[in-house]
Amino acid sequence: MDKVNIGAVITTPGSALNYKTGSWRTLKPVLDEAKCKFCNICWQLCPDSAIEQADAKAKKPIKIDYDYCKGCGICVQECPFNALEMVEEEK
Amino acid sequence: MASDELFTSGHRGCAGCGMAAAVRMVLQEAGPNTIVANATGCLEVMTTAYPETAWKIPWIHAAFENAAAVASGIDVALKKLGKREGINILAFGGDGGTYDIGFQALSGMLERGHNITYVVFDNEAYMNTGIQRCSSTPFAASTTTSPAGKFSIGKKEKKKPIASIVAAHDIAYTATATIANYRDLKKKVRKALDAEGPSFIQIFSPCPTGWRYPSELTVELSRMAVETGIFVLWELEGSDMNKIKVTYWPKERKPVEEYLKMQRRFAHLFKPEKKTDILNKIQEEVDEKWKHLEELNEMAR
Repeated sequence: MDKVNIGAVITTPGSALNYKTGSWRTLKPVLDEAKCKFCNICWQLCPDSAIEQADAKAKKPIKIDYDYCKGCGICVQECPFNALEMVEEEK
Repeated sequence: MASDELFTSGHRGCAGCGMAAAVRMVLQEAGPNTIVANATGCLEVMTTAYPETAWKIPWIHAAFENAAAVASGIDVALKKLGKREGINILAFGGDGGTYDIGFQALSGMLERGHNITYVVFDNEAYMNTGIQRCSSTPFAASTTTSPAGKFSIGKKEKKKPIASIVAAHDIAYTATATIANYRDLKKKVRKALDAEGPSFIQIFSPCPTGWRYPSELTVELSRMAVETGIFVLWELEGSDMNKIKVTYWPKERKPVEEYLKMQRRFAHLFKPEKKTDILNKIQEEVDEKWKHLEELNEMAR
């Protein structure tokens, strides 16, 4: 960083996206696509906006963004259809 | 990452942070024409690691004590510029910045009648600085400054009823919410934003780091706090506490023990031996509170 704005103002909205929190994970949620009922509860409850919404019309299941998923496990715990499972993170 | 998300991925909140999920919900309802004044605390620190920000809306970090005052200034400045129409002004604070340190600024904002929605993300202690007790910390919780031990049962005092105190200012709208009841939460955010004048929402925000439980249980703990009756979901217009509307009645309240034993901040109530007297005291207080709520509900019929 060469120059600091006056008042240390940050002028790029959402620039935290440059920082990939996926490396924090020790366990990761994995989706069984056939079991996803497109309810989007996991999407709503994810503290890291790391789940892409399902689309019921297009029968498109949710998608986990492993760049940012910290592996907290809330989605696995809260899925009413047991469509997600926690597994060991690979190296 | 959904591109329309106003609170982005890449923030440094702990895995399983209840507040982060709550912030997303609030902003999904408020939309892009929103300005946030944020008190010092976890939320400020984890979202703005310089030179990055997780916010896609105008956001300003106030000091610990003055989020409500800064939001008030934004309100007045925009009015003076003739640009106030169609803009939501939100003030965000943690429980430390709201119950304790920012309380007088909050009280002033309410009294002056600014059209601002103040949201407190309540995780019941000073988590950002290392789990120190706060006036929001519940009775018998162990924190680093109210540690449980041979001569201590954890915090000796009760949790301050912040939402009732705020409502006593006779403001437009006051409510409590949790992320487990997210439809209810969003409905309340909408009502708060639409209200003419000051509004306030207390969002119960479980903290895996400070309450010491596995991160996947954040939503389940929100649910259990409501199902045991420890945390009451309610809303009120004005200041008459006899008119509060409970927005969710647990079908059959679960014993408070079931909620407490999920968290290591209450572990000393269960081992080496069960502290039945303390557990009974907590249960009795909850029972008393609900008896009162049921009476009010009867009267309202």
